[in-house]
Amino acid sequence: MKIELKGITKRFPGVIANKDVDLIVNGGEVHALLGENGAGKSTLMNVLYGLYEPTEGEVLVNGEPVTFKSPGDAIDSAIGMVHQHFMLVPVFTVTENVMLGVEPTQNFGLLDKRKARARLVELSERFGLKVDPDAMVEDLPVGVEQRVEILKALYRKADCLILDEPTAVLTPAEIDDLFEVIETLKAAGVSIIFISHKLKEVMAVADRITVLRRGEVVGSTTPNETNEQQLAEMMVGRSVQLTVDVEQAQPGEKILEVTDLEVLDDRMHRTVKGVSFEVRSGEILAIAGVQGNGQTELIEGITGMRAVETGTVTLDGKDVTGSSSKRLFEMGMAHVPEDRQEDGLVTSFPIKDNLILNTYQNAPYSKGIVMNRDAIDAGADKLVKEYDVRTPSIEVNAAALSGGNQQKVIVAREFSHSNNLLIASQPTRGLDVGSIQYIHGQIVAKRNEGAAVIIVSSELDEILALGDRIAVMYDGKIIGVLDRSEATRERCGMLMAGLSGEGVVRQSATETSAVAEDERPPPPASSAEEETTS
Amino acid sequence: MSTIAAAPATSRVSIRRARVLGIVFMALGFAAAWWFGFGSESGLDSTFGLNSRSSEVDLPPLALPSRETALLLAAICVFLGAIQLTRGFGKQANLILGVAVGCFILAFLVWAARDDSLNMVGMLQSTLLRSVPITLGALSGLLCERSGVINIAIEGMMLTAAFMGAIVGSAAGSTWVGLILAVLAGGLLGALLAVLSIRYRVDQIVGGTVINILALGLTSYLSAQILARYQNLNSPGRFPVIEIPLLSDIPIIGPMLFANNLFIYLMFILVIGINIALFRSRWGLRVRAVGEHPKAADTVGIKVLGVRYRNVILGGMVAGLAGAYFTLGSVGRFDENMTGGRGFIALAAMIFGRWNPIGAFGAALVFGFADSLQNTLAILQVPIASEFLLMAPYIATILVVAGVVGRARPPAADGQLYIKE
Repeated sequence: MKIELKGITKRFPGVIANKDVDLIVNGGEVHALLGENGAGKSTLMNVLYGLYEPTEGEVLVNGEPVTFKSPGDAIDSAIGMVHQHFMLVPVFTVTENVMLGVEPTQNFGLLDKRKARARLVELSERFGLKVDPDAMVEDLPVGVEQRVEILKALYRKADCLILDEPTAVLTPAEIDDLFEVIETLKAAGVSIIFISHKLKEVMAVADRITVLRRGEVVGSTTPNETNEQQLAEMMVGRSVQLTVDVEQAQPGEKILEVTDLEVLDDRMHRTVKGVSFEVRSGEILAIAGVQGNGQTELIEGITGMRAVETGTVTLDGKDVTGSSSKRLFEMGMAHVPEDRQEDGLVTSFPIKDNLILNTYQNAPYSKGIVMNRDAIDAGADKLVKEYDVRTPSIEVNAAALSGGNQQKVIVAREFSHSNNLLIASQPTRGLDVGSIQYIHGQIVAKRNEGAAVIIVSSELDEILALGDRIAVMYDGKIIGVLDRSEATRERCGMLMAGLSGEGVVRQSATETSAVAEDERPPPPASSAEEETTS
Repeated sequence: MSTIAAAPATSRVSIRRARVLGIVFMALGFAAAWWFGFGSESGLDSTFGLNSRSSEVDLPPLALPSRETALLLAAICVFLGAIQLTRGFGKQANLILGVAVGCFILAFLVWAARDDSLNMVGMLQSTLLRSVPITLGALSGLLCERSGVINIAIEGMMLTAAFMGAIVGSAAGSTWVGLILAVLAGGLLGALLAVLSIRYRVDQIVGGTVINILALGLTSYLSAQILARYQNLNSPGRFPVIEIPLLSDIPIIGPMLFANNLFIYLMFILVIGINIALFRSRWGLRVRAVGEHPKAADTVGIKVLGVRYRNVILGGMVAGLAGAYFTLGSVGRFDENMTGGRGFIALAAMIFGRWNPIGAFGAALVFGFADSLQNTLAILQVPIASEFLLMAPYIATILVVAGVVGRARPPAADGQLYIKE
């Protein structure tokens, strides 16, 4: 099936999300749509899937112009979409989720679950998508949920499958499985639109690559004609250095010690199951792991945002288990929380107020119970300049800023004090390349000033680039700690998948060492500190 | 409302819960033995009548020795507690809790009726009748909430429908016309709630509360202005009792279940019908999807807002039926604020019944039983303030909502707006 988008423009009030975009996807082709967050990839696909109506332009399916008023219309034209956030009902079974919207029925509108189940089983066998049709979706791991989403589209006889950032939540092993499934689908004649901002994956899986930047098509190419560096430049619009230069760490005294920590999540499940580690001044401990393996709860437990069941947290030799965030801040902790809009900012407050959320009661911002507005404004002006927050004014609400600038506001607030401990969760999630570079630079600078740093990230590239030591969390435990020199993509990947057996890890390290050399971040102090030059 | 998931079977919480339950069983047993066993003088009999007004078969009343019977029931509780503490009932624990509470209540009745007689069938019959508006109200609530709209306006819908039923039924001289208008009035208020909460995105609790206040004010004013002056507009008559041949002749359960008016039969049909529709039909699957994850429903082509409008209006109509029961099925005329908070009890029954029609009916029976028990005890002149007995179902609801007896888990998108981007 051939899909053509011709001259698609999509305007939102005040924003042009897509501008005159042309895209042709041929039958049986894997077409990657590459672009940074906010480049307009998802908007374009939502247009194709009938969730948005284009302001201008037309969609052609097999040469025929079509108008999609709703996803239902797109489904009728054999287009299926796997959303970045899965669209599954957690309390339904796999079969119920797959059949929803196109339910086979018997008399009186009663569901014919047996028929749906049989078709599901047949599809799952044909395409090698293993799944238990009677399992509750909420009990399934994310990788399997994704398979359910793909089956959902296939059940609707999709000939074109849109995969929106499909690898974001997967382990390296699950990503390999997904790529196999994509191959099978391709062989069966299904066209696939693969949306991503990860260069490696796009190079590995795509037949054709179209790059979007600020809503416009920058160019179209194939993996054979290009390389990662070139794609990155197309994506960002200027030359980019893909790795951060980090000098050799010089660990000093012990700053934070965590011993046998256990933490419960919102559902009262024990998600942190006895974690112990220490961080020294002047080093970065990077905590890797697939999302949902207890990293969130671990950090919330350490930073006073969540009650600790058992275990202790010691900061500068003092027991701070269960201390309030405020006390920890006063003891020198800086915290960049995982959910910046929920925990990091009050999005309905202006930037200047967000910058003093932790210091509003101190001089010079307050005198007694009266706030000193002049001091607050002056402080905010200074920080906005210093930390390169792009905003017309400090009066602008935090909600109006882009993700990168929101994060810079948080970084400005947290980093502008003398810190001995810095904790950053997913510090660059959803940010553009420029902001990522900036924030990585700030984190490394803090380390070089002698702070102990903990980074939590589900992006392996970020972990490998920043971590002096890398701790991998799996199922609530740290199942391995690697030094920078021994950390490779493969070893981390194995650990993230829960393969902690020492033998297994060792063996894979030797087998893949040749590949690993290339992918490891450059050896310490190799090149100068140039960031971006054009 | 937040999402609450069941605790895993092996966690410390559930072990602690199992122990607490065992101790509760034992405590119930000892309390029953102390108050109801040794509380009644030996040698007295408790007599339970087994006939109802309409039954033709004459059953001899059941006379039981008060002290011994109460002690036996208490012993069952203690025994269950002992098993729970040593071996544990596992997943059956909640069922056993029901049995233990049942034994406790029976022991209480034996004690209350010592040296006296109590008509068992009459009491159960009145339990069923009192549970009718609560069941129907709960069905109304769950129709709305399963699609993601909180309906706190059941009370107002019932009251308005009761008023409409009375005045239209009287004016037209037909209970049927009254019933139809009552159902339509409920549907109209449902449509109002739907428009407020879906179209204008008013907070659903606020919207519902407004409807309740509106209904109370309007019906009180109109009944004072019209019904007080024209008494003939407030005598719609009642639906007659329909005795189902053969079935109504079965002793004890016959007169209870098969000699009732239209409303009771409609209630049974709706409970079963909605249960099947919700869990076995295409309509139900889509409704539940909309209530759990509207965006997921939207992406597979289900019209989320359409489903919500339809369900809230349908819910309003069922509440209208519940309201009509007051004037056309039970009392036969309209009184100011005659629903007396039953709409809110219905909400509690819906939660107690875990958003499930059968469960809601069971919960409504518990509330109806407490209501009728309080009446019976007033007749027997039991020296316990009736207010305390009336509190029992509410305490039970709080315990359920707080998660003491299993967990109640509302639809995930309950009360949340759905705004298409």
